[in-house]
Amino acid sequence: MTVETSDPAISIASEKTASLRPVLEWIARRAEPIVIGLTAILIGLALFSLFILAVGKSPATLFQLMYTGGFGSWFSVQNSLSRAAPLLLTALCVALPARLGLVIIGGEGAVVLGGVAAAAIALPIVGTFPPIVVLVLMGIAAMVIGGIWIGLAGFLRHYRGVNETISSLLLAYIAIALMNQFVEGLLRDPASLNKPSTKPLPPEYMLGNIPGMDVHWGLVIGIVACIVSWILIEVTSYGFAARIAGGNVRAAQIQGLPVGRLIAGFTAIAGSFAGLAGMVEVAAVQGSANASLAAGYGYTGILVAFLARHNPLAIIPVAILLGGIDASGGLIQRRMGLPDATVLVLQGTLFIVILFCETFYGRFKIFNPDLWKRSL
Amino acid sequence: MTKLLSMNRRNFLQASAAGALVTAAPGLLSSRALAQTALTVGFIYVGPKDDYGYNQAHAEGAAIIKALPGITVVEEENVPETVDVQKTMESMINLDGATLLFPTSFGYFDPHMLAIAAKYPDIQFRHCGGLWQEGKNPANTGSYFGYINQGQYLNGIAAGYATKSKKIGFVAAKPIPQVLQNINAFLLGARSVDPTITCQVIFTGEWSLAVKEAEATNALVDQGADVITCHVDSPKVVVETGAGRGAFICGYHANQSPLAPEKYLTGAEWAWGNVYSDFVKKAQASEKLGNFVRGGLKDGFVKMSALGPGVSAEGRKAFEATQANMMKGGFSVFKGPLKDNKGNVVVAEGKAFAEEAIELESMDYLVEGVVGSTS
Repeated sequence: MTVETSDPAISIASEKTASLRPVLEWIARRAEPIVIGLTAILIGLALFSLFILAVGKSPATLFQLMYTGGFGSWFSVQNSLSRAAPLLLTALCVALPARLGLVIIGGEGAVVLGGVAAAAIALPIVGTFPPIVVLVLMGIAAMVIGGIWIGLAGFLRHYRGVNETISSLLLAYIAIALMNQFVEGLLRDPASLNKPSTKPLPPEYMLGNIPGMDVHWGLVIGIVACIVSWILIEVTSYGFAARIAGGNVRAAQIQGLPVGRLIAGFTAIAGSFAGLAGMVEVAAVQGSANASLAAGYGYTGILVAFLARHNPLAIIPVAILLGGIDASGGLIQRRMGLPDATVLVLQGTLFIVILFCETFYGRFKIFNPDLWKRSL
Repeated sequence: MTKLLSMNRRNFLQASAAGALVTAAPGLLSSRALAQTALTVGFIYVGPKDDYGYNQAHAEGAAIIKALPGITVVEEENVPETVDVQKTMESMINLDGATLLFPTSFGYFDPHMLAIAAKYPDIQFRHCGGLWQEGKNPANTGSYFGYINQGQYLNGIAAGYATKSKKIGFVAAKPIPQVLQNINAFLLGARSVDPTITCQVIFTGEWSLAVKEAEATNALVDQGADVITCHVDSPKVVVETGAGRGAFICGYHANQSPLAPEKYLTGAEWAWGNVYSDFVKKAQASEKLGNFVRGGLKDGFVKMSALGPGVSAEGRKAFEATQANMMKGGFSVFKGPLKDNKGNVVVAEGKAFAEEAIELESMDYLVEGVVGSTS
């Protein structure tokens, strides 16, 4: 009290900035990925505009169509959300192991096997159990199979030294072959003559739409999975241990962290989310398991996870953005006469530019929280 | 008649109320009142439009109706058989004002097209397949398909005259009835030339899997086959690989002769332009569209590619004679006595299945002379 200056205004001002400091630090820390990410997207769109100009079309029309097709109306928004739903789960299949330093690219395998497992467990029990029980069992079966499949890649990585990127990709091919074997053999509905499928789920057992929306419940499941994954990684001690192991395996081992179990566990959880995506595909869209399950969601999930920098919460907006690009792709084809590959060029350009911009993290002082601590 | 034409006051009021409604709702106006002239038609393909195969055949049909007056065509390629195709259909309806949709891939029917058709009862949907069932599927949906096994039979005749090794080859996607019909018809056509000819078949397991198709083609040539045909979505890889190895080629789905002008004998092609023109003319005239439309060579649903330089004069004569016979109608590719390649009688003596016979729809065998297995 005695140290108080003669001018009270000064002390009030410094108190004010003092209370602002943590806010500014927080903003600085959070703003970095957002500003760099958005800048990368803008650069990507600019490069893509050059490409569009090169093929003699107007980028302005294109971006306007992308907005109309992806987000311009309630129908378009729902269209984008429907397409984003499976990507949320398959992106987690990449993002979770990535926090441990693993690159898993075989989520597609867990998706198709999850779908087959869900159909296989549902068919003998429909009619005997109420829909909610059947759907829960389907989800569990899909998650278990998906977890085993991707967990296997993690297990092989840690205990046998097999590169998880290659093994997960090869496992995906095996999974698709297994799906074809089951769908065309053991589980085939004899009535599905020219498109081998399992017997269809009765309509009352299908996972319906979110009330008031034309988007199925898979979107909610995906968002919940993203939030749960975020809590797992950012809040729990397991997530902390996983991040340590991802940063430096040696250091983690010296600290006595169970690196092997972390790798097996995280890859299994990741796979179970992809398996769940397969179950949602069967229960909400297809109604039966068939070759349409291998629609590439597992591979698009890789793109989503990398664009989201393996942050489970960031996966949500990124998946919706890609869903929107996908939704507007059709309109671009129809209105501008551009081939389907146009959207792939855009996705590829964005992907490269965003990966390139990764190198800018930590380069700009303005995003350094310490700067805000010191200068004020 | 007089009863139908007379209009009392109540009817008149109802009619004018309906008219007012139509005028009030712009969406209904565009779809109903203007249907006489303007019509937006949506085409959806599962692969690229220029695949030299299944999708190109449909895109060529779409290109033909594009030229018709009052028709706007909207097209989307590479649409997977997932929620994507459902949203593409809705997008064409909501954003482009399409009132007649042709989702062309087999897998689009159930559940995708049926789900959207139930939601938009005023929009017409016609699916390429043959899956529509009266009473079970909505009235605004329907199927169209062609009997193409006669085309493969004609391919077989051309192959029968061209082969020296008496071994011909078939690269097939999946052992499903439509594919089995084509394999069997191809061999039966060849055997009508020389009963000692055998046909080796290799199933790739997928509709579009370029690497396996190339491997299968190479394997067939390695085993001595000197005429190759196929039933996969895009025959491009098979045609180029086979011709590159010196084998003759019989095409499928679309005309692949530009890919191998010297080696291309002929091909069984879809003639979807005729089918689509028929549908859109009916739609423009506000007539009811058929729900279950099928036809073969003689109905103009299927056509043959022009014969290539590899076809001998003798071969051309036999080919043209059989084709003329088919154009008369009533030609049966599958007639007894016919055994499968395990020795079981599949068509009894004296029995013949015309192209529209329902028995052919559930074919699960390979006929005697085909080397291969369905499982």
